[in-house]
Amino acid sequence: MRVAEVVRYGGVALAGHRLRSLLSLAGVAIGIAAVILLTALGEGARRYVLQQFAQIGANFVAVVPGKVDTTGGIPGLGGAPNDLTLDDARALARALPGARYVAPFVVGTETVSRGERRRQALVSGVTAEFREVRRLEVARGDFLPRLELERGAPLVVLGERLARELFVGADPIGEVVRVGDRRMRVVGVLAPRGTQLGIDLDEVALVPLATAMAMFNRNSLFRILIEADPGVPLESLRDRALELLVQRHGEEDVTLLTEDAVRDSLSAILNALTLALGAIAAISLTVAGIGIMNVMLVAVAERSAEIGLLRAVGASRRQVRACFLVEAAMLAAAGGALGLAAGWLGTRVLVGIWPALPAAPPAWAVGSAAALSLAVGTLFGWLPARRAARLDPVAALARR
Amino acid sequence: MIELAGISRTFELGGEPIHALVEVSETIAAGEHVAIMGPSGSGKSTLLHLIGCLDRPTSGSYHFEGREVATLGEDELDDLRGRRIGFVFQTFHLVSRLDARGNVELPMIFAGLPRRERRELADAALAAVGLAPRATHRPAELSGGERQRLAIARAVARKPSLLLADEPTGNLDSRSGGVVLDLLDRLNDEGLTLVVVTHDPRVAQRADRLLILADGRVVRRAPRADLAAALTAWGLDAASG
Repeated sequence: MRVAEVVRYGGVALAGHRLRSLLSLAGVAIGIAAVILLTALGEGARRYVLQQFAQIGANFVAVVPGKVDTTGGIPGLGGAPNDLTLDDARALARALPGARYVAPFVVGTETVSRGERRRQALVSGVTAEFREVRRLEVARGDFLPRLELERGAPLVVLGERLARELFVGADPIGEVVRVGDRRMRVVGVLAPRGTQLGIDLDEVALVPLATAMAMFNRNSLFRILIEADPGVPLESLRDRALELLVQRHGEEDVTLLTEDAVRDSLSAILNALTLALGAIAAISLTVAGIGIMNVMLVAVAERSAEIGLLRAVGASRRQVRACFLVEAAMLAAAGGALGLAAGWLGTRVLVGIWPALPAAPPAWAVGSAAALSLAVGTLFGWLPARRAARLDPVAALARR
Repeated sequence: MIELAGISRTFELGGEPIHALVEVSETIAAGEHVAIMGPSGSGKSTLLHLIGCLDRPTSGSYHFEGREVATLGEDELDDLRGRRIGFVFQTFHLVSRLDARGNVELPMIFAGLPRRERRELADAALAAVGLAPRATHRPAELSGGERQRLAIARAVARKPSLLLADEPTGNLDSRSGGVVLDLLDRLNDEGLTLVVVTHDPRVAQRADRLLILADGRVVRRAPRADLAAALTAWGLDAASG
């Protein structure tokens, strides 16, 4: 008996019960579409994060106060024995070979206002080097000037949206705004950049580092970013920076993150998330499989006489089993194909709604979804098929 | 062709043994036309199923075309049923979603015959039973007599040596039944061995030989010359039937 004949015979049988077949097929289709859509979302999130890293710039080391190993917590969130200081930044800028830029910064929130217009904004105290390390573009005016680290100045660079909302059509360059209770002159407006790693760069206010430290009454730094000279490996820069800071602090109380490491660990986390989403969606396939089993059990019961006839005319148990198994597999395969198409369509719709999210199902998810649908059909079709094959032909023939 | 020696078949029902056939011994020659009659529950259908290798006896030996059936494996029995034995049932057992040609081709699909050969055999069988013009009709579009002729076409398409018919006219009016019986007679004349289980004395009267069963035993064997007397003696004649 040829496979094509079994498939044709099964197809005719399934077509005989269109609604029932379509409903169980829809169960598989929904399960597969869910796997495709959810893994596409997970993969989209991963790609989005990677894109963000690519925009930020890949060639820097971030110095974070606190040591993961010694504090047991997230770096920078308490437990740091020694703060990062301006002297640390200065020492790194002066004595670290291979460092192109050293950009210390602090962050806080403050009200930024112009007349009656006011916005709560993220205020970051930075140096001129910050622009280089974060690849910031200035749309109008200039960035903050190069100043001594301890020297403040009443100058501010505004994010694009913040400037637009405070000045509504007017040119902000040279105008004065209030940041907290300080008057500051706007020297530049950043080019639109959007949100990166949770920070909306269109809504920040960048002020000189010393000014921000005074404003927030802080002596310590939030981070120091160090960009490597071209051709200098980040790992060696990181090791030398760590050595220098350990010398200065007398102990290893800082964590140095490279963009690669953060990106890789985030990517791994998001990969795991995608896998988990896929696995959760796959559970719905079990339900679909039970649907197929139910349909096939009903088919075996309804077609007992036919099974008896097949046995009477020479069909073997193996052939009868194959017929029902192929029918179940056909239901699952058709459902799988429909689910893949629906998943693909759903992904296109998602991308249409959120163009920034590069949602696309990973190849492994598409492959496993297709394999899974067939596996579901075979697995859940096995019991009904076995029952059909085991029917006593005489008893089966007696049923109507 | 068929040699049954001391065949018994016992079923269990609620822990109690039911003796459907008891020590049946019979020989049916190739080309013979044998009718089996008897009251309900006498073991007629069980005997037909055993002869057709759909069931195995509890004891005794059965030789089909010289081969001891008990020694055959399941695959060999499947093959035997597919090639050498044809079945015709009272309720036709046609597959409603297949057309007439598809129904005739069905056993050949499972036998692995190539499509072209199947088509040739099916069309020849349909022509032989007068259903060539109805090849693409589904069973629901056929009359009762046509359905039974279609079932016969399916049974004989691969030219088996034995045709087993269980109440072949049981669901037919007398005119359609007559057409079907004529067809069976013709096939028998062409050399096909025919074993027919029936309640209908008019069917039995066409046989070469009659076996009457009661309580799982053959209680009477009657050649064609004695058929009428045997039927009357057992209250199975046309008047009482």
